[in-house]
Order: sequence, then structure tokens, then C-alpha cells
Amino acid sequence: MPPTRVPSSPAAVLGPAAVQETREMFYAEALNDALRLEMQRDPRVIVLGEDIAEHGGAFQVTAGLLAEFGPDRIRQTPISEIGLVGTAVGAALTGLRPVAELMYIDFSGLAIDQIVNQAAQNRFMFGGQARVPLVVRTQGGSGRGNAAQHSKSLEAWFTHVAGLKVVMPSTPADAKGLLAAAIRDDDPVMFIEHKLLYRTKGAVPTGEHLVPLGRADVKREGTDVTIVTWSRDVLLSLEAAAKLADLGIAAEVVDVRSLVPLDKEKILSSVRKTRRCLVVHEAIKRGGYGAEIAAIVAEEAFDDLDAPPRRLAGVDTPIPYAQPLELGVVPQVADIVKAARELVAG
Amino acid sequence: MAIKTDQKPRHTALGLTLDDAKGMYRAMLLTRMLGERMMQMNRMGRAAFVGVADGHEAAEVGSAWVITRGHDWVHPYYRDVGVALVLGQTAKDQFLGVFAKATDPNSGGRQVVNQFSSPEANIVTGSVCIATQFPQAAGIALAIKIRKEDRVVFTYGGDGSTSPGDFHEAVNFAAIHKLPVIFVIENNLFAISTPTSKQMSVPNVADRAAGYGIPGLIADGTDVLDVYAKTKEAADRARRGEGPSIVEVKCYRYQPHSSDDDDSRYRSKDLLKEWQAKDPVDKGRDYLLSEGVPQPELEAMRAEIAAEIERSIDEAESAPDPRAEDLLEHVYAKEGIPGGTRA
Ligand SMILES: Cc1ncc(C[n+]2csc(CCOP(=O)(O)OP(=O)(O)O)c2C)c(N)n1
Repeated sequence: MPPTRVPSSPAAVLGPAAVQETREMFYAEALNDALRLEMQRDPRVIVLGEDIAEHGGAFQVTAGLLAEFGPDRIRQTPISEIGLVGTAVGAALTGLRPVAELMYIDFSGLAIDQIVNQAAQNRFMFGGQARVPLVVRTQGGSGRGNAAQHSKSLEAWFTHVAGLKVVMPSTPADAKGLLAAAIRDDDPVMFIEHKLLYRTKGAVPTGEHLVPLGRADVKREGTDVTIVTWSRDVLLSLEAAAKLADLGIAAEVVDVRSLVPLDKEKILSSVRKTRRCLVVHEAIKRGGYGAEIAAIVAEEAFDDLDAPPRRLAGVDTPIPYAQPLELGVVPQVADIVKAARELVAG
Repeated sequence: MAIKTDQKPRHTALGLTLDDAKGMYRAMLLTRMLGERMMQMNRMGRAAFVGVADGHEAAEVGSAWVITRGHDWVHPYYRDVGVALVLGQTAKDQFLGVFAKATDPNSGGRQVVNQFSSPEANIVTGSVCIATQFPQAAGIALAIKIRKEDRVVFTYGGDGSTSPGDFHEAVNFAAIHKLPVIFVIENNLFAISTPTSKQMSVPNVADRAAGYGIPGLIADGTDVLDVYAKTKEAADRARRGEGPSIVEVKCYRYQPHSSDDDDSRYRSKDLLKEWQAKDPVDKGRDYLLSEGVPQPELEAMRAEIAAEIERSIDEAESAPDPRAEDLLEHVYAKEGIPGGTRA
């Protein structure tokens, strides 16, 4: 596909007036592009993970990087999640900028001590004298028949840890820009992709593209209800918003993009405009990050609301293998439409 | 192999009957034919996801033949179709899992394929997370020891599964406490794309045993009787109260890691041909022929297995799917969470 010139996304650091070359890319390709550019730009950036070299990674995000950067910087590890994340923490503490890949977020439990007790707190425990510029890239989510141990949405675990940042891009352009920004960040970032997004396509700025962490993006404007969401549910919410428009309801879709830091202002200003807030996420509702957002909205925008904030989220069950069950446990487009209509009908 | 002499046949020397040898061959052949048919069904779009054991037949069947079904405990991994079949699972059971049916004996359609589970055969349900079975197997062995039973635990994994800490912590624990557990490691030279040279800096998984002060045996995974012999040696030792062993079985995975994998990215066809030249199933057949089993009997066996597989597919495909209204079953005990939330 030839490069086209279109206005850059509003969040691009180039500023509102700038235009940048873009190219249609798959989400996986956009991540690959970010890794390649950051590795070209900064020799301190290395990648560690299982099957990331010749194989190119379980979802092909590191395809071709071994040939370009060699085995020192594209380091295929044994099956040792705690080993590979711990190694990355050590390397980060002493000046490299590692990107550690965990094939499935379900395996993050194996590395949790290195992430939670070490990486997240090292800066603090060293009184500010140390830093851990580490990115843990991983992917979660259901919908691919991968069942209970390969499909969880665990972002809430990580948002609960002081010292960690948590990023969940929904589009190829955001994936590229946020990954580059995460790599340049001086704190550890959990960078959580969604397995069903890798083969989605979109226009992505070629060359350097940064999306700063902590800035939400209004993916669709509307006046009747705000849908706050992230990752793949942004796509479902946009589909739902199109259906809602047919029903005469103008939904605004706010993609938070980064859960920590969270762009409270953009969420609150949208909710103040629409006076209704629906948070949608795939993770189990109980203890999910939607509760945090709903609470912020209730605490800070209560007087502007026409209805209590509402959450639509995953059912309290492990993700089942059988497809008829799997589809029933996480919000689908029709569920979002229904919840938004109920909220607007009040 | 099998140059005829006046010596006892190899299976007799190992305390096995000719029926045992035939049974082992049948289980290997069923494993192979199932694997080939499942891959084919995946390519035809009739099976969403499969993982097969082609090349691992002797490793799995030979070791599982040592297990006393329903007495010993088994904690296998996803490659172990052959182990499950020896322990009484059927071809139909495998397809019920592949089609995620309500009557899938492993999980009722909840868990992915090949996570074998059988209360009757003491098979503990598996995990897709690599190596988690090993500490649990040591724990089962600990319980056996505390209860003063004479059971043995057989746990299985691939070469790659010996890298996570779980493996080392489990073997260390079992060795210290002399627990009756056998770690059967099917070394097929690759963990998805990662060769064993990137998994460990010793040539054999069995070499790791020295670090824990336990025996590390190496079996020829193309020879079902050798696998039986080595596993038996380890099991006898465990039953005598002398503790755990690692049994490394050298074999090769013929198919991609799973139906989602493309192995041409990381390994050559030459290696495959090299291993196929000493194929475990072919060697099993040649052994039976050399022991005087008539060719037509083996042909009839193959035809009967083929018919069983086709029948199993038909029956499994028409079995009921799990019901949406049962979505919340099995998350908690029937009473649910007292006063708790469901969603
Ligand atoms: C904890 C964990 N890390 C990574 C994976 C991804 N994974 C699945 S199978 C596999 C390779 C395992 O290889 P091996 O143990 O040698 O067994 P084989 O598949 O070769 O029989 C990997 C890395 C996983 N399932 N669990």
C-alpha cells in the first residue's frame, strides 16, 4: 500500500497542525515498527523473551528483528519467566532499556515478584537513586479459544501496584506510539496487548511516532453518554456507538489508552458533557479497573451526572474453552448497546 | 534390533508378555493415527486447535506401561496423548476434547485440548502453564509418603519444561525428602522454536539429576521397550523408598508444536527425516513381526483402529455442546460464595 498523507492523530506530539506520512499496518506490525525504530535509535534497547528470535514471537511482533539486531539484542531465553523478567530488571537497573516479552499475561504470575516487589519499587527503595526503565510486553484477553490459562485480563492487578505504569493500546497507531513512549519512559511499564488486535489494521505514522503515556483519546464524539474503555473493547464500543447512532443516541467513546497514569481530566470533561458514564472492560467486573473509574466519576463529577456511573464487564468465571461459553463471558457489542440505552433511558 | 538368538525375547526379559508387547504397539499406533487424523481435520477446518504426539509414541506408551492404573498417580503434560490412552482414555475422549463438548471427560469443554484428567485413573488435570505439574507431583508424592502408601507418582514434561524454577524446586524438594516421584522428560530437542542448546548448557536433561543427588536415566525414545525398562528401574527404586529419578527420553516431535505453529521458521526437514528413519511405531511393528506375530494380525489392528477413529469423530461431533446456562458451574463449589457476588 503506498504511503498516504493524512492528518496525524490528535495525540501525536507533532501538534494539531502537523501532518505525517502514514501507512496501513497490522497492530502486530506497528509494534514491530516501534521496536525496530527504538532499537535503531538507542543501542541500550534490548528484547528478551521466549521464541522471539527465529520464530518471531508467538504473535510475530519481533519478526525480523533477530536478522537486523543479532542475538545479543534479541535474546531468546529459556522458558523461565521469573528469570527473564528478573534479568531484564537487573539490566535496566544498570543502564539498559530492556523490553521483556511474556507470551501470555497469564504467565505474569510466575514473574510477579520481579515485577511487583522489585521493578515497581526499586526507585523508591533506593531513595530515588535507581531507576528501572523496563517494559514488560505481554498480551491478554479472550476470544481465540485459548481458555482459562491463556485468556485472562489482568490489568487491574498491575494498576494496584505503586511504581508501575499500565498501558493498553487499541489501535495500530496507538500501539506504535505508546510502545515507543514506554521504552523511553524511566519507570517500569506493563504494556498489555490484546490477542485479537494483532491482526487488526489501521493507518500508522511512519517514522518516529510517540503517544505520551497518560493521555486518553476521544475515539468518537457524542453528547448523550460517555463510554470509557480500553484495548479491544474500544473497537467493540465504536461498533456499539454506530448502532446507538441509528437509535438516535450519540455516544462518546473515550479510549483511556493508559490506565496508569490515567487521564482523569479527559474522562471527567467528557462525562460532564454527556452526564452519563458507562465503563466497559473485558476483565472480571469484581475488582476491575472499571470500579476505579466509576468511583472517580462519582467522587468528582457527581453533581453533573444524570445517572449513576455504570460498569459493563466480564462475568466472574475463568475463560472457558468451548466457544458457546467463551462468547458469553465478556461484553459483546449488543451488550454495550443495551447497557448504553438503559443508561440513557435512565 | 531383534536379531533372533536363543536368548529370551526382550519383552520376556523385562517381565512382559507378548500381549503386553502387542498392547504397547496398539497404543502407539492409535496415538500416531489419531495425531495424523487430527492434524488433517485441523487443516480441513473441522478442528479449531490440536496438539499431537507424533514421534513421542514410544516415550509415552513405554513409560505409561509401568504405571499401575488407578493405584499410582499421574501428572502428565499436553503432549501425552499416548499416556492417556494407555491409562484408559479412548479416541472418542480425545475428539470430545477437540470439539469442546459437554461430555469431554477432561473438563466438560472448559479447558483446552490435551489437559488429561481422570479420577478413575488418578490422572491429575493438567496445566497449559509449563512445569506447574512438577511441584504438585512432588506434593502428591509427599502425601503418599505421609500416608505410608506404596504408590508412585509419574509426572511428565518436555525438555523446555526443565527450565522454569518449578522443575528445579520440585526435584530438589523430592530429592531431599526421598519422595516416590518419577520425572519423565520427553526431550524432543525443541521447545516450540527453542533448541535444547538455548534451554540448558548440559547435553542431557538427565545430567541435571546430579545436582540433586538423584539418578538421571536416559532412554531411547524410538524403542518402547527401552523406555519401559528405564522407567521401571526408576519406579522400582521409588517403590523401595529410595526416592525420585529423572528419566529422560530422547525423541523427536514430527509435527509443528501445535496446529497454530509453523515449524519451517526454525527447523529443517532433514532432521525430521533422520528421526523418521528410526520411527518408534515402525520399530514396534518390526519387533512384533520378529517375534512371530503374523502380518495379517497387524493389518487387522490398523484397520480396526482406523474404523474406531472414524466412529469416534462421528459420535463426538454429534455430542452436545456445553450449555450457556451452565456458564457459572464449577467456578466455586455448589453453594457459591456465602453472601457473595457472582459478577
Ligand atoms: C509458563 C509458560 N511459559 C511459556 C509457555 C508457552 N509455551 C507453551 S509450550 C512451550 C514449549 C514447551 O516445550 P517443551 O517443554 O520442550 O515440550 P514440547 O512442547 O516440546 O513437547 C512454551 C514455551 C507456557 N505455556 N507456559
